[in-house]
Amino acid sequence: MADEIAGFFVMAVLLAAVPFTGIYPYFVMQALCFSLFACAFNLLIGYSGLLSFGHSMFLGTAGYFTAYSLKSWGVPPVAGVLIGVFAAAVLSVITGAIAIRRQGIYFAMITLALSQLMYFIYLRAPFTGGEDGIQGIPQGMLFGFIDLSNTNTLYYFILSVFLLAFLLIYRIVNSPFGEVLKSIRENEPRAISLGYKVDQYKLMAFILSGTLAGLAGSLKMFVTQNASLTDVHWTMSGEVVLMTLVGGLGTSFGPIVGAFIIVAMQQYLSEFGQWVMVMQGAVFIVCVLTFRRGIVGEIAHYFKRSL
Amino acid sequence: MQALYGQLLVGLINGSFYALLSLGLAVIFGMLEIINFAHGALYMMGAFTAYFLLHYFGLNYWWALLFAPLIVGAFGMLLERTLLRGLQGLDPLYGLLLTFGLALVIQGIFQNYFGSSGMPYAMPAELRGAVNLGFMYLPIYRGWVVIVSLVVCLATWFLIERTRLGAYLRAATENPTLVRAFGINVPLMITLTYGLGVGLAALAGVLSAPINQVGPLMGADLIIVVFAVVVIGGMGSIMGSVITGFSLGVIEGLTKYFYPEASNTVVFVLMVLVLLVKPTGLTGRAN
Repeated sequence: MADEIAGFFVMAVLLAAVPFTGIYPYFVMQALCFSLFACAFNLLIGYSGLLSFGHSMFLGTAGYFTAYSLKSWGVPPVAGVLIGVFAAAVLSVITGAIAIRRQGIYFAMITLALSQLMYFIYLRAPFTGGEDGIQGIPQGMLFGFIDLSNTNTLYYFILSVFLLAFLLIYRIVNSPFGEVLKSIRENEPRAISLGYKVDQYKLMAFILSGTLAGLAGSLKMFVTQNASLTDVHWTMSGEVVLMTLVGGLGTSFGPIVGAFIIVAMQQYLSEFGQWVMVMQGAVFIVCVLTFRRGIVGEIAHYFKRSL
Repeated sequence: MQALYGQLLVGLINGSFYALLSLGLAVIFGMLEIINFAHGALYMMGAFTAYFLLHYFGLNYWWALLFAPLIVGAFGMLLERTLLRGLQGLDPLYGLLLTFGLALVIQGIFQNYFGSSGMPYAMPAELRGAVNLGFMYLPIYRGWVVIVSLVVCLATWFLIERTRLGAYLRAATENPTLVRAFGINVPLMITLTYGLGVGLAALAGVLSAPINQVGPLMGADLIIVVFAVVVIGGMGSIMGSVITGFSLGVIEGLTKYFYPEASNTVVFVLMVLVLLVKPTGLTGRAN
């Protein structure tokens, strides 16, 4: 536990120093949004063992609601985020209640199918702008006096929300609730026989994970200022699985490392077009076959630490 | 009425593809405990193989119908031997992740060389035209697709449920160790099973090539619908997946006629309803 707290402070200091290093801040902001997305996803797969292949629906739903309320209703930033996160929470209650009716491999297929259903709804819904999406989203004034269109201000806003959400996830995972989740992952029949209402715990984990994924989607709107169908497409769900797998399933920092690697890969290899997709597929294959613990998982295993 | 019959026919054809693909998924899942995410990509490879055979080797549709499933099936067996074999004994989720990676690789490679748009594949001369059934004109090729799919599905059912080889297969699904102790080469059977499932997907690809265009993305969204079909039908029975596949195709066709806005989503909505009423799927057993 001490390792993780130390790791958190190192991470916070490094990330806080980014604007002084000349690293392109939008890259780091984007990576932070995906890090939060991956951490939220990891809360589900890493600690309760449920593989959702439809997490893009939460990212995209929150994104659309935040984008629409900021642009068309002109609400302040905090309200925009809350509206988006609330929409993702409602969606995760509904989809979670449906999906947890099956386990394992079926759970993955059901969440994938549900997210495809949402994709087709958003494709047709009038408020999402269909293929065009919602563009030119205003960033607005945080609390009425902090101008989020300033890059550095926006950076620290995104970073603070990210760090708070990270601590929240860390707290959830290390709470009695988190311990029950881990026991369900390790041995579900045993957890049932001990009297835990397993379905309720799974549903709660799903809702927490979907809601936090929504928070990532809402934050992303301030960075990209653009909501589009890409965020609800199944390829996005695949990407978050990849990020978490590369970094390390069930580790605290793995999803963040994975998100930075995948976002960097997309950023710097974008000139290679579809080869990026081939490379992502190859990384998937290599990860599954040779290092299933992921980067952080392997490091933690080697040094016998928990990270 | 003409339009209704037309949509019903389109529905039956889509149903044929759902049936062939979900059948392949069920066969593979039974033996390997892997949900083959690459199924859509392999279906696409089947269509492309037919296209290559025609344009580079001058082999027409009828040869493609024979060779494409064999070639793609052999490719599948190679994948099973080199990659999937390493996953034995692991959580089935890793199989899903690995085959998802495979799907990305295959689809990405084809997209690099052929872009995202489709290429036409000429309908074989023998199957052009239409016959007048009295109440509607039936395009011959479309009728052909439905009949071939039905025959192949029944043949697969016969192979697995009624032959000696099928009996070995079913026994190996239940208890591989014991079947191996009887001197049956189970690893070889696993490879052949994967090849069979993949071959079925490739056959569906060849059948669809003259109707839908041959393009790198043709299998990407289809596989998600097929997953929903599999969730609805359950993977416990072969007949179950065939019947579910065809019926969902027909329901989708009817939706296209009565309420076209919902035709993309009707299968997913049905999946939700089935999960609420009978979570194990229509033919599935509790796991």
